Amino acid sequence: MLTDNEKWMPLIVTEDTPSQPLAVEASNEDYLDRKLRNQRRMDAAFRGLTRLLAIGLLGLLLLMIMTLVAGSMPAIKAFGWKFFTSTDWDPVAEQFGAMVPLYGTLVTSFIALAIAVPISFGIALFLTELTPRFLKVPLGIAVELLAAIPSIIYGMWGLFVFAPFFAKNIQPWMTQNLGELPLIGVLFKGPSMGIGMLTASLILAVMVIPFISAVMRDVFELTPSLLKESAYGLGATTWEVISKIVVPHSKVGVVGGVMLGLGRALGETMAVTFVIGNSHELSASLMMPGNTISSALANEFTEAVGEIYPAALIELGLVLFLITFVVLAFAKFFLLRMQKREGAIT
Amino acid sequence: MSQDFLYLRRKLTNRIALFTAMLAMVIGLGFLIAILWTLLKNGMPAISKRVFTEITPPPGESGGLLNAIFGSIVITGLGTLIGTPIGILIGTYLAEFGRGSWIASTVRFINGILLSAPSVIIGFFVYALVVARMKHFSAYAGACALAIILIPVVVNSTENMLRLVPNSLREAAAALGAPQWKITVMVTYRAAKAGILTGVLLGVARIGGESAPLLFTALNNQFWSTNLSSAMANLPVTIFQFAMSPYEDWQSLAWAGALLITSGVLLLNIIARTLLRRKAMG
Repeated sequence: MLTDNEKWMPLIVTEDTPSQPLAVEASNEDYLDRKLRNQRRMDAAFRGLTRLLAIGLLGLLLLMIMTLVAGSMPAIKAFGWKFFTSTDWDPVAEQFGAMVPLYGTLVTSFIALAIAVPISFGIALFLTELTPRFLKVPLGIAVELLAAIPSIIYGMWGLFVFAPFFAKNIQPWMTQNLGELPLIGVLFKGPSMGIGMLTASLILAVMVIPFISAVMRDVFELTPSLLKESAYGLGATTWEVISKIVVPHSKVGVVGGVMLGLGRALGETMAVTFVIGNSHELSASLMMPGNTISSALANEFTEAVGEIYPAALIELGLVLFLITFVVLAFAKFFLLRMQKREGAIT
Repeated sequence: MSQDFLYLRRKLTNRIALFTAMLAMVIGLGFLIAILWTLLKNGMPAISKRVFTEITPPPGESGGLLNAIFGSIVITGLGTLIGTPIGILIGTYLAEFGRGSWIASTVRFINGILLSAPSVIIGFFVYALVVARMKHFSAYAGACALAIILIPVVVNSTENMLRLVPNSLREAAAALGAPQWKITVMVTYRAAKAGILTGVLLGVARIGGESAPLLFTALNNQFWSTNLSSAMANLPVTIFQFAMSPYEDWQSLAWAGALLITSGVLLLNIIARTLLRRKAMG
């Protein structure tokens, strides 16, 4: 233990302190040298570790693609390009085609976006331009909580609450009023079962709204207030400021946000599995059950036996991965461009 | 006269647009409230002491969710333990060491994609890599899949939070002679502690509710099991199985589980966000 006096002794060695022999000083230098070298080694090790893990992340992606390709090889060999045009899905005869789930994935995602984008736009607009200050934080959190709810909960809600309501109150009306229209009428013909492609699309829309609106809100807020204030100063209305200043300024980011939502919708699994009905029949009506790639995987993979059946499912997974990869890459690209431009201005 | 008309039209357009925006907000909130209300309505009556003390029953008998709750905590915990350090270190590379290098920008890009990659594919991948090799489903495999989902979340938030640490702090430490790893670990990490923790909590909330990747990895287990290298019950998959079943007592257990998992996830989210907000204000 040090006494109080010793604790406060000056660390600087002055002439008065009894000098130490030279030999000790030399070993001291040695010690420092060693310490420095040690630290340098630690530095290199720490830096190397972080870099290694970062490169490992790239490796992980490659490994994922390779694993999926290797796993789907039997199906690729057996069906070739026909896989994409065939509507067969017959585990007994071992004939598989991706047409139905692919169609289901694309159609549900696009309908979901068509519904979610305008609503998200409204929400983002409300959050950035209209909300009173004291509501901004709680409302923002509420939207983020909507994004945090596990997808399985959306699925249960969709199956037990939304689908019965939809079948009872909305579908009959749709069949009656929209079913007779030329061209698009066929989309709305069918029994009011509640579950089906349209229900899946609606649930997906609810699920992607928080993602899209969060991105939109963030890019809207990047608009320099100087621009907005100038427009207000010239007498523009709130809507004019939004449509003529905020939107043009954040266009690229908005596209990125929409793509991000599309990526989510394409890959969403559990919620869709609950409500889509899992049928491998291709039907024109949106009221009929269908299938998406992800719900086919979730439903069938643990039961798939033989060689071709799991391989066909893995090939579906590969297709889904490639589609989402491209969509998300575009999303990232747009959002990065937005950020870069922001960086150039400020 | 025509000017009056123009003025009126602009005013009206503005009103309509703003009203529509408000309507959109109401719709969004409406969904949140509707979902939460359904959960409370169906989940509350189903929650009893039994849910926490008994294991999942066969159809027609009474039971609880004890094994599923335990399994969820174990698998999520293990996934967090694996994913967090890796995520933080990669985030550190991006923010501290790799600035401007092509590796860093590629990793950042790939990370952004993995962040939104379909979780079902990640489950697939782990299935092919781990489960197919080991020939059986395991809690380890489930934890791996969850870790892969967690990593991008942590990388993203760690990088952003480290970037917010002012350079003067790093320079001050460097001027005192601290080596770079010590600067990072003892100065930068400490300054960004709340932010990094927020990222981890949000990540845990994300993987806590994931079910698709667990379908192919940890699967499910009707019985009490603490063996990490065998299939293990977990809440999301149990909820999926029970909710899709025709048995009413299973469905009511599914609602109980759904309420539990949602309150857990939302609570984590709220804690994380208030943590960050308090930090931002203080």
